[in-house]
This record gives sequence, structure tokens and C-alpha cells, in this order.
Amino acid sequence: MYILVGGGGKVGFHLAAELLAANHEVLVVERDSTRAAAIAEELGNVVVQGDSCEATVLDAAGISRADLVAAVTGDDEDNLVICDIARYRGVSRTIARINNPKNELLFKRRGIETTISATQAILGQIEQELPTHDVIPLLQLHSGLEIVEMKVGELSPVIGKSVREVLLPPESLISLIVDPGGVPRIPSGDTRLHPGDALVVVVPKESLGMLRQALIGSTHGMDT
Amino acid sequence: MNVLIMGCGRLGARIATMLDEAGHTVTVMDTNPASFRRLPPGFRGNQTVGNGMDGPALERAGIQHADAFMAVTQGDNRNYFASQMARQVYGVQRVLCRIYDPVREQIFRDLGLETFSPTSLGAQIMVDMLLSEAAARR
Repeated sequence: MYILVGGGGKVGFHLAAELLAANHEVLVVERDSTRAAAIAEELGNVVVQGDSCEATVLDAAGISRADLVAAVTGDDEDNLVICDIARYRGVSRTIARINNPKNELLFKRRGIETTISATQAILGQIEQELPTHDVIPLLQLHSGLEIVEMKVGELSPVIGKSVREVLLPPESLISLIVDPGGVPRIPSGDTRLHPGDALVVVVPKESLGMLRQALIGSTHGMDT
Repeated sequence: MNVLIMGCGRLGARIATMLDEAGHTVTVMDTNPASFRRLPPGFRGNQTVGNGMDGPALERAGIQHADAFMAVTQGDNRNYFASQMARQVYGVQRVLCRIYDPVREQIFRDLGLETFSPTSLGAQIMVDMLLSEAAARR
């Protein structure tokens, strides 16, 4: 495949290096001459110095025979222009890097289906990981048991209940309660649970989901 | 007409002034508040600090109610981007866009924008001036 890369920054450089290693034909178009020279030194004769938003530069780079154009500069407006010119010149596959996730809609409306946003990717990862933050793994025991810490949230269904009343998974045990003031207590069956209490719980690894269900009320922690 | 102008440089300020004097509702936006000094003392339009490529900033400037959008910053790509945003995301009826680079201007026009290139027009006018003068002397 002949792949034209618009923008020779960090993303463009590493992308080109990987594509070359996979035996693709690659050409990087980079505006900055120092940067272009550095890429040429590193990767060989695979870089053109010029503005990848200018049709004449793209034409000289043979854009019309490109199988794919990847616009990966740090500016969303430049990436849109590169992709639109590429499509105008008959390139069927364009990929755009997006910095502001809010711009994704415009790219989609322009028919640029494949957009990559590092901001969006990291955001998605954080959102995915958040619900599991309510269970902090402390220690794994040989027996398949795990010691975890959980905080009793404001909306927890166990607030006001005694330890005995909490429906824990089999073979699990609330072994320690640290109140919001930092005072640790070994709970009895009558000890009541309050918001902000940190519970240290011994639980079979496979029952973590059930434990979360019992103490938080949902597997996502967001429902109520 | 309700007109939103992005960029308060010489051209933007001039267009804003002319439309304001003609009785239209004008909002000018620019990232640099100092650029509003180009507007004349009696200017009745709105001035908004913000980036015309940013959706929330455009909304603060009232793009939902604009009948026309004019992109006249110094950057061709910025003008193109904001124009497409006005057209395809906010559905503004008339979108006019200044593009310095004649090659890009032609492409953007083919892609459906109302574009204007001071480079092409200026070159044409100056060549005409020169040649008509020469023809008159002959």
C-alpha cells in the first residue's frame, strides 16, 4: 500500500516507522525543514518538506495514487483540510487525528469516518476504569481469597445496617472498619455501617462482583 | 440580517462596520480582544472574545441565530474549518470564507463553499490595471 502521512511530528514519525517496518510505501509531508531533515536521517528518503495542506505539495507527493492518507498534525483544521483535499483528489481512505473530541462530529459530517482522538481514547479508558476504583485490592492470599478495601458511599444500600444484616458472598468477612476519622475497629455482628467507613474485606476472588453488588448496590456504582 | 463574523482584522472590522451601518445585526468574534479597537466608536454590533473553530465559543457568539457566517481570519485552514462547522454542524444558510491560497480556494469552492480569494482577485485587478494602461498608451 502507498500511504501518505500528513504531518511529521511524533505521531507522524512513529506511524511512518511502523508502516515502513510492515513493508508499506510511505511518504511523510512535513512543513518544518529541520524536522523533515531529522526524519530523513532516521527513516531514509521517505519525507517531503512542504505544507501538507497545500494541494500543489500533495500533488507533487503523488496524492492521487495514494491508497490511504493519514492526517496526523497537531491541528484539527489542518487535518480536515488534508483529508478533504485527499478525497477531492480521489483518495478513498482517509484517517484523521483529532485533538478536540468535540470536532469529531464535523469530520463525520464531512464523510471522514475514521478519526482517532487520543483525548477521547484516554477519557474512555478513565471512564471504563472508574467503576472499579470502588474496590481497592490490597493483598492476594494463597487460598484464592483476596483482601480488598471498599468505601461505604453516600448511596450505599448498607448504610445504617449492622454487619450481620449485610448479605455478603459466602466465605467472605468484613474484618476491619476504619471510620471517617481514621479510627480502626474490629466489627462485631451488631456494628452499624456509616457513610465514609472504609471496610477491609476478605473475599473469594470470584465473588468480587457479588461483594460490589452488596456494598455499592450495582456493578457500576452509578445507577442510583 | 443576523451576521456572525469570525476575525476582527482589517477586513473583518471593515465588513462589520459596513453591515452595521446598513442596519444589520452584527457579531464580531476574535481570539484577541485588542483587535476590536479596529471597530469605529459608534459601532453597535456585539463583540465576543473566542475561537471560531470551537463549538461552545460559536454558540456563545450566537451562531444558532445567525443567517450568515463570514470567516475572515488570517488562516486559510481556520477559515475553512470554521466555515464547514457553521454550515454542517450549525446549518447556517450563507457561509462566506476568505482563502488566500488560490489553489485551495478553487478546491474549497468545488467542495461547496462560497469562497473569496483576495490573492486571485487582487492579482487580476493589478494585471488588468497594468495592461489596460499599456494598451491605452499604444
